[in-house]
Amino acid sequence: MDLHYLTAHELGELLQHREVSAVELTEAIIDRIEAVDGRVQAYLTRTAAEALEQAKAVDAARARGEDPGPLAGVPMALKDNLCTEGVRTTCASRMLAGWVPPYDATVVRRLKEAGAVMLGKLNMDEFAMGSSTENSGFFPTRNPWDLERVPGGSSGGSVAAVAAGEACYTLGSDTGGSIRQPAAFCGVVGMKPTYGRVSRYGLVAFASSLDQIGPITRDVTDCALVLGIIAGHDPMDSTSADLPVPDYRAALRPDIKGLKIGIPREYFGTGIEPEVENVVRRAIAKLEELGAVCEETSLPHTEYALPAYYLVAPAEASSNLARYDGVGFGLRVPGRDIIEMYMNTRSQGFGPEVKRRIMLGTYALSSGYYDAYYLKALKVRTLIRRDFEAAFARYDILATPATPTVAFRLGEKAGDPLAMYLSDLCTIPVNMAGLPAISLPCGYSQGLPVGLQLIGKAFDEATLLRVAYAFEQATEYHRRRPELGVA
Amino acid sequence: MPISTAEVDHVALLARLKLSPEEKAAYTGQLNAILEYMDKLNALDTTDVEPTAHVLPLRNVFRDDVARPGLPREKALAGAPAASEGQFKVPRVV
Repeated sequence: MDLHYLTAHELGELLQHREVSAVELTEAIIDRIEAVDGRVQAYLTRTAAEALEQAKAVDAARARGEDPGPLAGVPMALKDNLCTEGVRTTCASRMLAGWVPPYDATVVRRLKEAGAVMLGKLNMDEFAMGSSTENSGFFPTRNPWDLERVPGGSSGGSVAAVAAGEACYTLGSDTGGSIRQPAAFCGVVGMKPTYGRVSRYGLVAFASSLDQIGPITRDVTDCALVLGIIAGHDPMDSTSADLPVPDYRAALRPDIKGLKIGIPREYFGTGIEPEVENVVRRAIAKLEELGAVCEETSLPHTEYALPAYYLVAPAEASSNLARYDGVGFGLRVPGRDIIEMYMNTRSQGFGPEVKRRIMLGTYALSSGYYDAYYLKALKVRTLIRRDFEAAFARYDILATPATPTVAFRLGEKAGDPLAMYLSDLCTIPVNMAGLPAISLPCGYSQGLPVGLQLIGKAFDEATLLRVAYAFEQATEYHRRRPELGVA
Repeated sequence: MPISTAEVDHVALLARLKLSPEEKAAYTGQLNAILEYMDKLNALDTTDVEPTAHVLPLRNVFRDDVARPGLPREKALAGAPAASEGQFKVPRVV
């Protein structure tokens, strides 16, 4: 039995029935990492010794007759922009190469309380800025389905680790698609919850009005279980919503008869690969076959979401990243005076894409350009929200491709920032409106995974999960695993 | 060309970034390409549209004014590049 390719809930059941111990399972996944990470390069930091200690504690709790929870003892890992007390957290930046946080992010604390075994920290585009993980300040991660291709980004390490059997589930963060786009590229399930559903306390800030943390898993049941652990109000994040968290696993009924699904035509426009469109249209036909009522609709401002996003997100980033000044934490490069110290530190600590976005955001916020760029983008954001509000007056969910293409080759878009930005065409509008969305495997094109994106009403993750579950139960795409040249 | 090399210099100064001549040239070209793409937004009339800075209907979120334990000073300073006498240490300012 290949433990490393089972789902987290299957492994949780094996643990509960004592068919395997948490220590044995953790050792198996550590072996798997040893076997494949040299090629996939998902991990920035590994914490095998700590993981085995955590596994021992879960085994001991079960031996005492306690029930530490359905995912207790299941090994997982975290995107390296989630603060972990005592374990270095780099955001894949030279700026934070040696930084060890003094506290745990709220999601990390909640996972620890649920008995999670943490294997380490995962690669990403520097400060989550990118769509391919090639912007990591350390090394690129590779797509387990084709090592010459990117895993997507920015949560490329988190997604590749799940796809390659190097972690049973992971957390990522999604500002413009950074969970859903790589999940689609690597054939796994990735969810961006509603803005405010999951506390951002301890997530290193990129664009604070857009960032959300979410689960990356091998199936929809795992997504529901992990979301249930990390969701909920947190007084440490003033934007976390004080709303009850439903039992997401109980929402997984494969019954979508009469459910109304809108298909926004703008997501099938220019730039989409014909074979990706075919695969997604077949997936929508499957939803119809299962009893959903699918209807073409329109979100007329879709084409403006990307330019508006690339003003709003860099503007917020330029403000958030002002804190990297060589004083409180991270890198310091000396200078003749304090201003030169700031400039030397920031110029040597940040990579090219981070600098580009800081420049863009600073320009958009600067005197004389604020109204023309930043304020304009915020007004367009209102129009994008209204499009979704109008659509959700008529539909329960919306279905679109998660990405316009399959995973591209390493280096293919590295020299052209705008071409890279366009790979988030289908995911960005959702962040601008603060809505929940999930990407799940819905087929293959050129042997590479294609993702179906389902977009839901604010705080209605339960319906999203139900539709995703119904699709998954009626198909086999989520059972396929990449070869990687090893058993 | 919405943005000139002189403006790139000015923005870099505001952002406290020291750019090499190669970086300056590259960013001038790339920022112009990106900003030209942004001009697409001007096709929309937004005169009477309220801006959305944030999607949640939240106003001033307050906690009770009760003292609670915070991060201990030594932990807060542990990641600093330089610290002395319980404080962050920076180059001389005045």
